[in-house]
Amino acid sequence: MLEIKNLQAKVEEKQILNGINLTVNPGEVHAIMGPNGSGKSTLASVLAGRDEYEVTGGEVVFRGENLLEMSPEDRARKGLFLAFQYPVEIPGVTNANFLKTALNEIRKANGQTPMDSKEFLQIMKEKMKLVEMDKAMTQRSVNEGFSGGEKKRNEVFQMAMLEPMLAVLDETDSGLDIDALRIVANGVNALRNQERSFIVITHYQRLLDYIVPDFVHVLYKGRIVKSGTKELAMELEAKGYDWIKEEVGIHI
Amino acid sequence: MTEDQKIITEVTESDYKWGFISDIESDQAPKGLNEEVIRFISLKKNEPAWMLEWRLKAYRHWLTMTEPVWPNVHYPKIDFNDIIYYSAPKKKPSLNSLDELDPEIKATFDKLGISLEEQKRLSGVAVDAVIDSVSVKTTFRESLGELGVIFCSFSEAVHDHPELIKQYLGSVVPYTDNYYAALNSAVFSDGSFCYIPKSVRCPMELSTYFRINSAGTGQFERTLIIAEEGAFVSYLEGCTAPMRDENQLHAAVVEIYSHKDAQVKYSTVQNWYPGDKEGKGGIYNFVTKRGLCAGTHAKISWTQVETGSAITWKYPSVILKGDYSIGEFYSVAVTNNYQQADTGTKMIHLGKNTKSTIISKGISGGKSQNSYRGLVRINRKAENARNFSQCDSLLLGDKCGAHTFPYLEVSNKTAIVEHEATTSKVGEDQIFYCNQRGISTEDAVGLIVNGYCKEVFNQLPMEFAVEAQKLLAISLEGSVG
Ligand SMILES: Nc1ncnc2c1ncn2[C@@H]1O[C@H](COP(=O)(O)OP(=O)(O)OP(=O)(O)O)[C@@H](O)[C@H]1O
Ligand SMILES: [Mg+2]
Repeated sequence: MLEIKNLQAKVEEKQILNGINLTVNPGEVHAIMGPNGSGKSTLASVLAGRDEYEVTGGEVVFRGENLLEMSPEDRARKGLFLAFQYPVEIPGVTNANFLKTALNEIRKANGQTPMDSKEFLQIMKEKMKLVEMDKAMTQRSVNEGFSGGEKKRNEVFQMAMLEPMLAVLDETDSGLDIDALRIVANGVNALRNQERSFIVITHYQRLLDYIVPDFVHVLYKGRIVKSGTKELAMELEAKGYDWIKEEVGIHI
Repeated sequence: MTEDQKIITEVTESDYKWGFISDIESDQAPKGLNEEVIRFISLKKNEPAWMLEWRLKAYRHWLTMTEPVWPNVHYPKIDFNDIIYYSAPKKKPSLNSLDELDPEIKATFDKLGISLEEQKRLSGVAVDAVIDSVSVKTTFRESLGELGVIFCSFSEAVHDHPELIKQYLGSVVPYTDNYYAALNSAVFSDGSFCYIPKSVRCPMELSTYFRINSAGTGQFERTLIIAEEGAFVSYLEGCTAPMRDENQLHAAVVEIYSHKDAQVKYSTVQNWYPGDKEGKGGIYNFVTKRGLCAGTHAKISWTQVETGSAITWKYPSVILKGDYSIGEFYSVAVTNNYQQADTGTKMIHLGKNTKSTIISKGISGGKSQNSYRGLVRINRKAENARNFSQCDSLLLGDKCGAHTFPYLEVSNKTAIVEHEATTSKVGEDQIFYCNQRGISTEDAVGLIVNGYCKEVFNQLPMEFAVEAQKLLAISLEGSVG
């Protein structure tokens, strides 16, 4: 699915990613944790193709193709989805219209015919149920005036609609109340299958109780300094990051 | 008439008589503008004497006026004597089939979803007799005629309804109004006339008809719309398809007269050729549009989507004379490349409890300049007048400009006037968000801008709004980065 080799990137002359290695196979869920400012969102942005982030080395292969050479929209059309840490507002464009445009662009790129309105509404209804979203939300402008939690839920709703091959969720659990957290996690779990992979960026072990990851990685100063399974997340929750920093200190 | 004037008239008239004969067979007036040319136009159109008289008065007034200059619009000086003011409409198709059409224009037609037949008509391809406009026109006119609605060309109205023309022509935009209105009054080629009798609600958007009618209208159009007491009409002008014209200067006049309880909704989509990427060869569009709410509770709404022209100078206005009358202005003006637009509105409150709303969305891309210029005047006697203005500017890129010039003249203390203005940029993060959902940058800009203009598009009739949205996206191609 995704193979990241020695990926390095900088933004505004500041080196942030210092050689990331990560392989994600189909059907796997990888959690990425790490202190603030360690480069988690940067990794997500580089994968999605944000052009402020300059790749200074390494390579990324996504579904057999060189990801770094593709435009952001082509990456999306190829099945890469990023749930934004800070979803963006687009005034005057309804959620429904936005999603229909996105969905049909992706379909077009994959040689499918555009989905007609009837079918679209039907699918939208199903997926809305999945994330327990109110019908009125689809007629509101994209993220405009949404509460923090509603924005996050909307990201998961979009993911459910677009059915990506690889979804990167950047702190989708932040700012959610307990019920919303469960709903969002259920939404993700419903999409889990043998083909689809997830990279879940989070600060809280709690989310991983709901979305059980196959692997947990710790990102620190632009490197993955430790990898493990679900137990690693528990250990981090109990002990914090200091012990890892010390361990890394010894290695560097 | 003084003795001097008499002599002058005689001399010029006799000149014209002689000068004229050699020209009568011609389909075209000689270059330049003088009384002889105006007589030529009037004669060619077989007009009654009063019409010619009116044109001449306008011309003489025009001579005393000076061309206006604006701080935010720049163009080479127009030589008014280097223009041909009358040319018989060419009936001959210029192309044999759509295959001969400029591929770029063809592509735009397709993107707009314009039907093949319509494409042929717009680009001047020979059209089958079956779909020739004449039959369609007749059908429309018959069903409207049953209600007493008159909808015809201006020239026809001069012949068939002289009493209405005499009464209303120049009643809202007198020829003394401004330089271009005076010029139009002297030389107007043709245009449309629309009359809705008392208490009649015009059952159709007067659009399809107009589109058929509008192909090949000249550079000096004149439109007159009259809504009698309690009448309603929705009128659509223009066309989303790109319009090319060899005439660089266009100076139209639109007059709307709305009586007591009458409502006129006038929507425009203007897409004249804006010139090439360097801004060469585009059309200069100097239009005077004004409506008069003459009676109580009269209402006039202007909705415009302006994407074309090299230079647009246009302020659809409403004079709120009747008590409780309402004026509205909804505008989207898009400029790209080297286009310049100076548009806005004037709301003149004369009556009591009058109300006006102004929603203006200016979008600039490329190296274009987009100015909003709006006047709200509350006269001394206009008790309890209200105005709400919202002028938003959206910048695409950093080489373009947006300017807002609101003028407020309030002479009555009971007035409530609110003005809001914003300037924003299409955010990189908005575009990236769309990109990440599989939407290309070009489509993203279209989507974001359309969202931005939603309040205005909501005012357009459904079918027109859909076209306008597509048009907007096309106009903005290549506007960012
Ligand atoms: N556009 C930018 N301009 C300047 N610095 C940036 C930019 N984007 C990220 N950085 C810096 O790069 C570093 C890594 O940021 P990043 O957002 O990737 O961290 P993170 O691991 O996602 O943190 P958090 O847990 O707080 O979300 C930080 O020091 C941040 O300030
Ligand atoms: Mg982050």
